Formats: sequence, structure tokens, C-alpha cells
Amino acid sequence: MTTATISRRRFGRALTHTGVITRRNLLANVRLLDVLILSTVQPIVFMLMFLYVFGGAIQGALPPAAQGEYVYWLLPGILAQSAVFGSAPTAYGLNNDRAKGVLDRFRSLPMARSAVLTGRTLSDLVRSTFILGLQLVVGVALGFRWHNGIGGVVAAIGVALAFGYACSWLMAFIGLTIVNSEAIQAAIYLVVFPMTLTSSVFLPTRTMPGWLQAFAEHQPITIVANALRGLTLGQGALPTGHTVTGETLLALAWTAGLLAVFAPLAIRRYRRNAN
Amino acid sequence: MSDPIVTVDEVTKQFRDGTRALDGLSLTIPRGIIYGLLGPNGAGKTTLIRILATLLRPDSGTVRIAGFDVTRHPTAVRDRIGLAGQFAAVDDHLTGRENIAMIGRLYGLPRREANARTEQVLQRIHLADAADRPVRTYSGGMRRRIDLAASLVGRPQVLFLDEPTTGVDPASRQDLWHLVRDLAAEGTTVLLTTQYLDEADQLAGRIAVINHGRLLTEGTATELKDRTGGAVVELDIAAGQRDVTLRALEPLDAQFATDRGRIVLPAPDGPLTLRHALRLLDQADITPTDVALHRPTLDDVFLTLTRPNTTDRIAARRAA
Repeated sequence: MTTATISRRRFGRALTHTGVITRRNLLANVRLLDVLILSTVQPIVFMLMFLYVFGGAIQGALPPAAQGEYVYWLLPGILAQSAVFGSAPTAYGLNNDRAKGVLDRFRSLPMARSAVLTGRTLSDLVRSTFILGLQLVVGVALGFRWHNGIGGVVAAIGVALAFGYACSWLMAFIGLTIVNSEAIQAAIYLVVFPMTLTSSVFLPTRTMPGWLQAFAEHQPITIVANALRGLTLGQGALPTGHTVTGETLLALAWTAGLLAVFAPLAIRRYRRNAN
Repeated sequence: MSDPIVTVDEVTKQFRDGTRALDGLSLTIPRGIIYGLLGPNGAGKTTLIRILATLLRPDSGTVRIAGFDVTRHPTAVRDRIGLAGQFAAVDDHLTGRENIAMIGRLYGLPRREANARTEQVLQRIHLADAADRPVRTYSGGMRRRIDLAASLVGRPQVLFLDEPTTGVDPASRQDLWHLVRDLAAEGTTVLLTTQYLDEADQLAGRIAVINHGRLLTEGTATELKDRTGGAVVELDIAAGQRDVTLRALEPLDAQFATDRGRIVLPAPDGPLTLRHALRLLDQADITPTDVALHRPTLDDVFLTLTRPNTTDRIAARRAA
């Protein structure tokens, strides 16, 4: 047997195992009906809440491309936020599997070492795809219209999901590193909430104090939200000096960077994790 | 005797917090038997299982399973082992059948074979009726059986069971015992840890007693009982007099056996030791409510061996 056939066989095995694990996690999503319903309703409620609570006050601060309608500003932002929030279950899922001894069982099996984490991140990606799609539909029903063709919308969803997927690997690392599930929750809230609030997700960063503005303009969630606005609404939705292509490439660079750092770290954690 | 299927040679494992979980432990397990690993909590049983199951690496020493070194060829080892841990590691929202078939796929079986094998395993654990219900509706004993079945689906040569019957009701325990016996009869080697001495006594062909990560003794249940030096004296004492009694019987190494609520002392000289004990009680003006002299149970072996001063004595004898 040549090295090539061995590595091909190995890759095939990893693929099969990843498929088995992804299916297992998705079945859990579908069968836990209460969790499914609540986690679907929650992002929609979130979106409606921000739209109607903030909408009136914010209209004046919006760029012309938003046509004075907050939903134009909010929807791309909310999609970026949901992609990030949608990665949190990766941490909870892995933590839960570890607590139940399921990870130990998987580690004692002759299976590909990457399959458990790849399967988990992929099943969370499927879930995020569903939620983002749903938010888009609700957004359109509330008056959102894209100006850049359906291609722009598809590209925007793609960028959001790619970034969310990269965040899933960060969450995998957190979920395998922190043992206590409540501590995980606290850690995630500590990072995710301030990060989305100090970004352009809900409001243009122009009105923030200078020191915060400097951070807010350059942090990755702002960049992803900007990329989504540019891709759906066109150049006019972006702050001066930013281009749609530029923001998109920057968002993808953040995605690649997160993946490059946290995928190897998470896999290493998984290999050497000892309860 | 054929080659042992598991050899553990001078294995040491120290955790980051400084606990020495295994301290030069050596064991060999012959093929096709049920091997019992006994020890108090924290003795190193679970650590050993985790090393054997390739979940932990030993700091030093070697472990071979079916001829493969666990650190150098973990995948070859994983192909040949099954693990059922202290908690039933099954998915609540999947059915029993789905749980087992999934593990079969992860053992590398093609889908059709995994399904066929799942069917066989379900028959064998007598859960075919409940197989299509989600595991969340199962009783504790059923969950354990599914967990065990999942570890069988890959036809392991060695099965590791970490406290398989802890927290299981007596009837389910009997079922699990039957299952384990059948497996061993078919040639699967089973290594099981347990806190229940009767479980080891009933099931295990050989037993190792470990404490503080070291092997205290090893052999068949009968050998172990003989080695402890024969009989024991058991005394029932009114609760208020327990401490006084223990003090009076200190020269005879008397101990309070919490599980039985009695005072127990080794009686190497049989009736002579009993007479000595009664004389000491008489001097202290204590009247037991019941007295018995009997051959040691595995509990007595365990108590004698894991008593702190015995461990020290053994260590001292080794050092000398």
C-alpha cells in the first residue's frame, strides 16, 4: 500500500466520522423540540426588540443608503451578530459531551481525532444557516430590501456564516478548556455582548466617544457587519473611505485568522484533554 | 499459559496537582478472564483504566494491549478495546438503536454491517423491545446496558468496565453480571473496577487490590482470602461503647467496619484470638451483644490490606 492510498483512506475515514458526528448533533437539535423552538424564536424576538425600541431614536443618525429606515441598518448587523452568537452552542455542546463522558468514549474509539470537533462545528453551522435565513425572511417582511442583487445577499450570508464558523472553533477551544459550564457561559457573555454592543451592529460608530470609536471601527464584528451592509446595500451604506471589496476581504481575513489560530488549538486540547 | 492480553509494567502517573495516582504499578491480565480491580476511592483504578483506554499517557512504564503499546500505537489499541465508563455515556435524544449503530460506524464498520451488528448486540442485552425509544425514557439499568452494548459493537478483545454497576438496582446488577459472564465465556477479556467486593468475588477470576497507586496483592478470590491469614472475629457492640471497645482491642488491630456496623479484627490464631479478644473485653468490662468467628470474606481482605498501617508494613517489608 502506498502512502497516497493510506492518506486517502485516512481522509475518507475522517470524512465518514465527521458525517456521523454532524448527524448525531443535528438529530439532537431537531429532537429537543423546546430548545429548537426557543433558539429559533429568540433571535427573531431580539431583532424585533431592537428594531422597535431603537428604531425611532436612531433614524437621524443613519447614512443615506439606509433611507431613514432602521431595518436597513439593523438587518445586516443582526445577521453578523447572530452568526457570532450561533457559535456559542459549540462551547456548550462540547462541554456537555465532556461532562457526560461522551468525549472519553469517542477518544477511546479508533476514529479520526478531528471528527468530533469538525462534526460539532459543522452542525452548529447548519443551525446558524437556518437562523440567518429565517432572520432574512423576517427582515424582508419588515421592509428590508437589498440594492445589490440577490448575489450580494448570498455573498453577505456566506461571509457571515464563514465568520461564525471560525468563531465556532474559538468556542470549541473555550468549551474544552473551561470545565465548569457556568464559567463558560459567563466567559462567553463577557466577550460576546460587549463586542457586539461596541460594534456597528446596532448603531453607527460615529456617535461613540473617540477612544471607543477607534476600537469599535476596527474590531472584527464591525468589519463583518460593514461587509454585510456593503454587500447587501452597496457602497453608500459604508463609512467614507471604506469599500465593499475592502471590507469583505478584511472580514474574510479575520475569518481565516481565527481559524488558523483556534482550529489547531482546539484540536490539540481535544487530544490531550484529561478530566 | 498463553501470552497475557494486558501487561502493565512499572507504570507511574502523577497529576499536575502533585497527586501520584499510579506509583510503579505492574499487572498482567491473562486472555479471556474477568479481572477485578479493587481499591478504595482514589486508589488509582480509574487512572489505570484511562491509561489502558488511551485517554491518558503514563509518565513512565509501559502498557501493552494485545501486543500493542498504548502510547506508540494508540489506534491499534483502540481497534481492540471497548470502554464503558463510570457514567453511561449515551445520547439521551437518540434511540438505543441509534446510539449503538453510531458507535459501530465510529469503530469503522460500514453502515450495513453496523446495523446488523447493532441488531445482534441488542438481542444479546435483551433490549430489542425498547430499542426504538429515545434513551431519555430508559431506566438507569437500561442505560448501562446500552452503554455496555455500545462498547461491544466493535467486537473488542478487551472490555474495560469502570464501576459498571454503581448506582444500579439489584435486578439490573444481576442482568449485567450475566452479560459480563457470557462475554468472558466467549473469549472477551473483561477488566472491571468495582467498589463492591461481592461483585469481584462473584465475577472475577483474578483480583488485584490496589491502593495509593500500588499493587497490594493479586490472585484468585480464594488465594486472597487465604493470604489474609484465615479467620476474623466480628463483634456487635452497643453504639455508646464503640470507642472504648476499639481502644481495648487495639493490640489486636480491631477496626470498625462501617458497611457492616460491626467491629472486626483479624484472627490469625482462630479460637485463640477470639479468647484473647474476649479476655480484653472482660478486663474493660464490656459485653458485646453478639460475637462471631468466621472465615474471611473479601471485605475482610480489603479492610486488612487497605488499612493505612498495613500499607506501611508492606512498604517497609519491601524496603527491607
